[in-house]
Amino acid sequence: MGNTLNAWSNALVGFNPMGLPLGLVILAAIPLVFIALYALTYGVYGERKISAFMQDRLGPMEVGKWGILQTLADILKLLQKEDIVPASADKFLFVVGPGILFVGSFLAFAVLPFSPAFIGASLNVGLFFAIGIVSIEVVGILAAGWGSNNKWSLYGAVRSVAQIVSYEIPAAIALLCGAMMAGTLDMQQINILQSGSWGFAHFFLFQSPIAWLPFLIYFIASLAEVNRAPFDIPEAESELVAGYFTEYTGMKFAVIFLAEYGSMFMVSAIISIVFLGGWNSPLPNLGAVALNDWTNGPVWGAFWIISKGFFFIFVQMWLRWTLPRLRVDQLMYLCWKVLTPFAFVSFVLTAVWEIYVP
Amino acid sequence: MSNPTYTVIFYLFAAITVFSAAFVVFSRNVIYSAFSLLFTFFGVAALYVFLSADFIAVTQVVVYVGGILVLLLFGVMFTNSIMFTELKTDVLHIVPGTLLLFGMIGAMLYTFYTTHGWMPSDVTLQGSIVERIGFETMSRYVLPFEMASILLLAALIGAAFLARFEKPDNNE
Repeated sequence: MGNTLNAWSNALVGFNPMGLPLGLVILAAIPLVFIALYALTYGVYGERKISAFMQDRLGPMEVGKWGILQTLADILKLLQKEDIVPASADKFLFVVGPGILFVGSFLAFAVLPFSPAFIGASLNVGLFFAIGIVSIEVVGILAAGWGSNNKWSLYGAVRSVAQIVSYEIPAAIALLCGAMMAGTLDMQQINILQSGSWGFAHFFLFQSPIAWLPFLIYFIASLAEVNRAPFDIPEAESELVAGYFTEYTGMKFAVIFLAEYGSMFMVSAIISIVFLGGWNSPLPNLGAVALNDWTNGPVWGAFWIISKGFFFIFVQMWLRWTLPRLRVDQLMYLCWKVLTPFAFVSFVLTAVWEIYVP
Repeated sequence: MSNPTYTVIFYLFAAITVFSAAFVVFSRNVIYSAFSLLFTFFGVAALYVFLSADFIAVTQVVVYVGGILVLLLFGVMFTNSIMFTELKTDVLHIVPGTLLLFGMIGAMLYTFYTTHGWMPSDVTLQGSIVERIGFETMSRYVLPFEMASILLLAALIGAAFLARFEKPDNNE
């Protein structure tokens, strides 16, 4: 277990007993298991508990101490449910839709550096890949919405796609500001550039006086990209029943939810990698108390990036239970007339800062 | 890439590309054709990766899947009674079609056998591809780049003009 870059993942790739590429399979399985575990524990249970505290109630309390086993009971229930395919639905698209959706949200995990020693694929276009691969999710949503043969589903799918496609623009420009500060699109390099003995002071958010603007823009746009409140008009319960997954039951419903939690962690990880140092420890070295040196390393790195991701997921949940939902026209107004111009402004300012100031 | 794993993955993606492309052409249902196009684009992107052109591969996904395919699906889905329209995929002009087919195959095989291998550049690539592409775009190819942006701007203005509401005419 060396300390060199990507030591763990390189060791995994080299692991092929009897000529079988088992290491590659394990490499891909690790993020998958991670999504499942986190969606079960923090995703579903945490969201229910957090929403309960926000609304001054208790949340699940019956199954196990403080309702800890509630999610397990839910999973058992989902497994036993009948797998209904509506008679008038397009069978093929209805079944394939959640699959494409999940693959789209899972693919971006390939380029997320989970630790200095672990990354699925160390591409030199990592950030670009992570932004671009979201478009596969869009096709999955359309397949699910259209295949259900239900007006609510189709409306939900169309709204969702219009929203994701529009908000990709401010999100991409905001991330471009981060990429400009780094001068590379390689995720590990972006992280390495933010490490230093002063801890959080080396993060890109604190490296330039304008960085808070793209940070904020990306956070807002990422909320819209994962269809979270206040941008959850694709599944607005009061108007559309449940949006594009109205007709889904049982495990297919679970897969759609897993995809949503997967992309929630994905955008949270991206924002913490680009602006908040990813796997770098935020603690500074204070003279002899070398907090930064003590809390950096492969295992600590995994701890930091996952806790940063969880923090942003907590903020997403917090906003969901605090803010009312936007109307469709307000949503488009916010994207095209507020976020996009400000993203361009921050782009130009960051460029000027990077060329002339440091 | 002599590793057998990569060879297997390559042929898998090649098969996905070819079969889904065939499905796009032969399917009688526009919706299935459009969704099958997803796999074609994705397979082509994977083939770019095997050519060590990851930037082009990701661009392929962004532009074709994120832009063109989504637009196509939107257009198809809002067309009325799309499921009941059967596309004509019969073979209509057998003799000219066959001639064209064999002509194309012949031309491609001729080029394949007369071109001797790859022509590696004398200068090896230093650093990342993205840097190089950005540098070339902003120096040697800056004029075509700017011309493309003007073309896109004109298309954008034209689309906005066409999509605008008609103002009520006061004369009538």
